[in-house]
Amino acid sequence: MNGETGPLLSAIRKHGLGRSNLIPILHEIQKEYRYLPEEELRNVAKIMDIPLVDVYGVATFFTSFSLEPKGKHQVTMCMGTACHVRRSESVLAAAKRYLGIEPGQTTEDMLFTLETVNCLGACAMGPIVVIDGKYHGQVTPARVTKLLQDVADAERIPEHAEDRVAAIP
Amino acid sequence: MARIETPADLEQYRLQLREKFGKYQYAVSVCGGTGCRAYDCINVFETLREIIDKKDMSHTVNLRLTGCQGFCEMGPLMFIHKNGIFYVRISPEAVERIVESSILGDEVVEELLYKSPADGRRIVHQQEIPFYNKQRRFLLAMNRDIDPLNIDDYIAKGGYGSLAWALFESSSEEIIDIIERAGLRGRGGAGFPTGRKWRIARQAPSPDGIKYVICNADEGDPGAYMDRSLLEGNPHQVIEGMTIGAYAIGASEGYVYVRHEYPLAVHHLLEALDQAREKGLLGKNILGSGLDFDIKVSVGGGAFVCGEETGLIASIEGKRGMPRPRPPYPANYGLWGRPTNINNVETWQNVPLILQMGADEYAKIGTEKSKGTKIFSLVGKINNTGLVEVPMGITLREIVYEIGGGIPRGKAFKAVQTGGPSGGCIPAHLLDIPVDFERLQEVGSMMGSGGMIVMDENTCMVDIARYFMEFLTHESCGKCVPCRLGTKRMLEILTKICDGQGTNENLEALESLAADIKASSLCALGGTSPNPVLTTLRYFRDEYEEHIVNKRCPAGICQALITLRIDPDTCTGCGACLKICPVEAISGEKKQPHSIDPEVCIRCKLCISRCPKEAIYTE
Ligand SMILES: Cc1cc2nc3c(=O)[nH]c(=O)nc-3n(C[C@H](O)[C@H](O)[C@H](O)COP(=O)(O)O)c2cc1C
Ligand code: FES
Repeated sequence: MNGETGPLLSAIRKHGLGRSNLIPILHEIQKEYRYLPEEELRNVAKIMDIPLVDVYGVATFFTSFSLEPKGKHQVTMCMGTACHVRRSESVLAAAKRYLGIEPGQTTEDMLFTLETVNCLGACAMGPIVVIDGKYHGQVTPARVTKLLQDVADAERIPEHAEDRVAAIP
Repeated sequence: MARIETPADLEQYRLQLREKFGKYQYAVSVCGGTGCRAYDCINVFETLREIIDKKDMSHTVNLRLTGCQGFCEMGPLMFIHKNGIFYVRISPEAVERIVESSILGDEVVEELLYKSPADGRRIVHQQEIPFYNKQRRFLLAMNRDIDPLNIDDYIAKGGYGSLAWALFESSSEEIIDIIERAGLRGRGGAGFPTGRKWRIARQAPSPDGIKYVICNADEGDPGAYMDRSLLEGNPHQVIEGMTIGAYAIGASEGYVYVRHEYPLAVHHLLEALDQAREKGLLGKNILGSGLDFDIKVSVGGGAFVCGEETGLIASIEGKRGMPRPRPPYPANYGLWGRPTNINNVETWQNVPLILQMGADEYAKIGTEKSKGTKIFSLVGKINNTGLVEVPMGITLREIVYEIGGGIPRGKAFKAVQTGGPSGGCIPAHLLDIPVDFERLQEVGSMMGSGGMIVMDENTCMVDIARYFMEFLTHESCGKCVPCRLGTKRMLEILTKICDGQGTNENLEALESLAADIKASSLCALGGTSPNPVLTTLRYFRDEYEEHIVNKRCPAGICQALITLRIDPDTCTGCGACLKICPVEAISGEKKQPHSIDPEVCIRCKLCISRCPKEAIYTE
């Protein structure tokens, strides 16, 4: 689709064609679409002259790449050791229950994608939940439920959406 | 001033900067580390800047948004250089008062000072706070005093002086000698002597003369964030260290491999590289010495195994980040088949420091075989969480109780975990061992990259072993069978035990699997993967047995083995738990003690986190 003019070409222009630029280029494509569309992976293979199987291999090796479209709101839970000893497991359980999905999945309405990471380097404030790039520290199961509910509510009342999201502590 | 052409230029520029900075009457640092950012320190900083501008004081106050200052527990933090006042937990609303009292005036705002939990005393100066006064912040101190986005700050503090000295006053051989005599060992985990590694890379032949240096900033160890803070807070010292290393080894190109979860570190590093290039401290003909050396940044994709050096190299080459058998070691056959020297962020940061201090002075810090300081991220069940830099040889007890201020809410200490998924859990009776590469290994753990996670009586050690094994099954790259399948089998056994299905034979099976995996894995990920299980079995066997024989989880963690109850004497019947329970397991009249039906309860503990009276407990 956008192979000739879209993010792929601008990424190649920025990083260059060499094999060592594959990962940065995939990062740029992912940034654009929030996932790696199959067609773009085929274009990468063709333009960079790398076997498709290698492109696929790299795209599936690193957890920061996704081959599935992601939801509008990105919910990332830290499952690192520091967060774990402060009960991040029960926070994750609460989020799973509220959203009805497992980590790595997206809700049917494409509103939320739930993901886990190994550590965000903000261990002092664990357990950590990041919602759309904003860090929330010392989260409890009750609090994460409330945070998610607020985001969902804001989606349902469009005219107040902006204020509501901004008001989350 | 644009390019700095000679060491004399550098010295002159430094003097100019010092004069310029000397003209400011005040210098104020607001911590902008990741921890404080989550507490909205940016808002504090912006408010401060607005007030300073409004009062037309921007010529007299040198404002800095710095990297992590360490005391993450107390953020946002502010340090006023003139009088050494240190404020904690500042809100944007408090900034005006600080300006009036402590920047314009010379008074302290009592309520914003750190309050000692021991006696309620307010402490004015950073150095008098127990968290800080046992530390020796050779590396981290700089984080407080410089703006990482301004190379001038680093230069004014003496930055790039070690590089100039190395290039003009010393030889490559001599540099390696100094690093060796200083006794520097790798901070990435295994503690390999840095000087020896450099010598091997220097002597290794390259087919076309090209050699590389790499900085490992993958920091995959969950619970560790010192490398992030060093890169974010003081990127130039990493650049300077790598350039000195490149000179010593004969490398012309460098890479910093950073994990993608650290966007701020990447941003600061890229900015620092640009500024260094502009000043002629990186790139062609550095400082007029004839040395050509440049650094590229490579961003990882979230795989723990890419912290392993051969996996990391594969990833820079644009391949799946799978380790390969060693030898050949990267020093002989590394990036694109060329001799490559790879060191950790903190190792690189030590290099300019050693040249500046001299090998002998540096070697005075630490123990016989472990020299210098080590930065730990002290996290978990500890009062003062944050980054601490301590001399090697300090005891774990001093770190946990004096610097860390002990365990919150008067709970009992159970263990401290070091070395991440490759390390182990050290119990209370070993708290007096010194922090030293060899001693930590003797007790079954390891130094690791510096995560130090404190656990209290409410941490289940079987659950911790299961947790690490789950992590490792996830992160095993799958190339070798012992690691790919061995970790899976161990995880299955541990999960069974946590679920109350364990048998006595399980413990022997774990031990025998551990021995096989240790002996036959391809890389150290597999080779050290049994450590968390082995140390918990060694020191907390009784907890395993409780799970297996009595089907009890003494810490109240393993869901299948606990019951939630409401203490009728504490419960006020407010109904909060009743409303939040997803399965309607809770009943009770308003203002009367509530109770939980154990048959219905799914032990999700939502109610525990909601109860304002802490009336709900596990059994
Ligand atoms: C599974 C695994 C993960 C590792 N992760 C890291 C890491 O995140 N950071 C790091 O500096 N070293 C890590 N290492 C160690 C590196 O392989 C290498 O020894 C180190 O970067 C060398 O630098 P040093 O001598 O300065 O310690 C890891 C090793 C293994 C086996
Ligand atoms: S363990 Fe959660 S942020 Fe580090």
